[in-house]
Amino acid sequence: MASQEIRAAVKDYIMEEFLPGEDPATVSDSTALLSEGILDSIATIKLAAWLEDHYGIELEAHEMSVDNLDSIAAIAAIVTSKLEARG
Amino acid sequence: MSGRRLQDLLASSVAARPDAAALIEAGSPGPAWSYRDLAAAAAAIDAVLAEIGVGPGDRVGIHLAKSQAAVAALFAVLGRGAAYVPLDVTAPVSRLAWVARDCGLRALVGAAPAFEALVAELDLVPTAARDLGLSGLAEPLKILASGWSEADHRAELPAGEELAYILYTSGSTGRPKGVMHSHRSALAFVDWCSEVFEPRPEDVFSSHAPFHFDLSILDLYVSLKHGASLVLIGEELGKQPRALAPIIAEHRISIWYSTPSILSLLCFYGRPERSDCTSLRLVLFAGEVFPLKNLNALRELWPWPRYANLYGPTETNVCTWYELPEGPITADLPIGAVCAPDRGLVVDPEGRVVAAGEEGELVIAGGTVMKGYWNLPERSAGAFLELDTGAGYYRTGDLVRDRGDGQLLFVGRRDRMVKRRGYRVELGEIEAALCRLDEVYEAAAVALVDAEGATLIRAFVVWRAPEPPALVAIKKALGRELPLYMLPDSFVWVENLPKNANDKIDYEALKRTGS
Repeated sequence: MASQEIRAAVKDYIMEEFLPGEDPATVSDSTALLSEGILDSIATIKLAAWLEDHYGIELEAHEMSVDNLDSIAAIAAIVTSKLEARG
Repeated sequence: MSGRRLQDLLASSVAARPDAAALIEAGSPGPAWSYRDLAAAAAAIDAVLAEIGVGPGDRVGIHLAKSQAAVAALFAVLGRGAAYVPLDVTAPVSRLAWVARDCGLRALVGAAPAFEALVAELDLVPTAARDLGLSGLAEPLKILASGWSEADHRAELPAGEELAYILYTSGSTGRPKGVMHSHRSALAFVDWCSEVFEPRPEDVFSSHAPFHFDLSILDLYVSLKHGASLVLIGEELGKQPRALAPIIAEHRISIWYSTPSILSLLCFYGRPERSDCTSLRLVLFAGEVFPLKNLNALRELWPWPRYANLYGPTETNVCTWYELPEGPITADLPIGAVCAPDRGLVVDPEGRVVAAGEEGELVIAGGTVMKGYWNLPERSAGAFLELDTGAGYYRTGDLVRDRGDGQLLFVGRRDRMVKRRGYRVELGEIEAALCRLDEVYEAAAVALVDAEGATLIRAFVVWRAPEPPALVAIKKALGRELPLYMLPDSFVWVENLPKNANDKIDYEALKRTGS
């Protein structure tokens, strides 16, 4: 699955679920979502659960960190690496 | 100075069990610290504090992520007869700088780049990092003197009431306020815990709450008093529900203490069934109402430990408690009966005790109650209800009623404070922060409850510019003023705010329009 496709799907989910009504242009692929408080810790957990369901991957506890989930680009990167590892 | 102090608890355990594991950092490859190691690290920090001239009556800010070294720093400060002020490393630097100045810190202990930012904000001269020979630190510990004058910052405390720590909580006037606890009030609480929970040296305690949160007092001092082990769970790790059950299993934690929010997340998102948590013998929770559905699910998952609901604002430590009977809870969970060191009354708005079973405000006097708010003598005086008996009763602001058997039920709040994930949030402080933003003319915040029983904060904002800002932009701006747990979940841009007959904001109308 192309990274661009994953970015788009993740963004759609985040906009719909956590930022309804918000102009999608305000969130770029590199916008810091967690460290700037745009998504809170509960939203992060829901996001991780959605990623697992949607992509059939499993995130380890240590992978659910700000480093891996702070931006749409970072999220797409970890999803891509999980999908590649699965083969 | 007379009487016992918190550091005496550590000293006894160091003497009795020098080689027992005192502190374990969850998720860290470093070794456990024995009681001897902890005492040695505290002594190394103490030497530097002494050099700086920290002594009785001073305050020292601790700007450290939860770690073995942070615990050593707390004890080093106490050992000098000073009070520690834990600074939330995740909070905006501007807020921390305000706190540091408010309580006139004599010195600061910190590490890592975040500390540099605070030092720069405070305009202090950065000092070279000192190698204290402490192992396992991600960053070298830095200790520096503020050089601020002492004259303006004196706590007026009666003799024998030496201050141990100041915890800053959300303040209704727009700035945080420092709750002062003495060694005596902290020890009254710690000793009560010993009586009712009977900790043993074999126990392994969780330390989930950050040190700036009052739940940490039980974790730290009760565990170390009894020569038990304390598993330090850092802020980042602690927010990840999937990390928690494996930590319980790995370290064989027997006494767990956290907010209901964390236990709910652990239960529903933490895959608890994959970990062996049978080491738990006691599960304690405090800080907010536990939604019954979540509580019952947790107890079905883990039926073996004792469970207790602990209640008390930061100002009183824990002042009521309720041990859960076996089986599912079907009616409202009580906050329980008043703890032995304290006395509690339920009073009407004029301060008269209400008839049995009637609703009123809970007021608390006794051993565990704070000494007042730092540098706010009038607010401190106003926080207490003076009764004919001469005793000052702290007004909790919580409305309660006796359900008929001496067990109190929480009914609601007298004012505009809400609990969000266990943290106190004064809606007025959010409004004040919003109003500090240039384009905001007026703002109001209300608390709503979602389908899962969690608190949601909605802000209504009168915006002066033609176009309202993006949600992302306003959250970022507000995030420079407030800790993340205080950021509103949603914003509504309005032309004006509804007012009542007294020209005050009509919050009830906002709650109706907002939901």
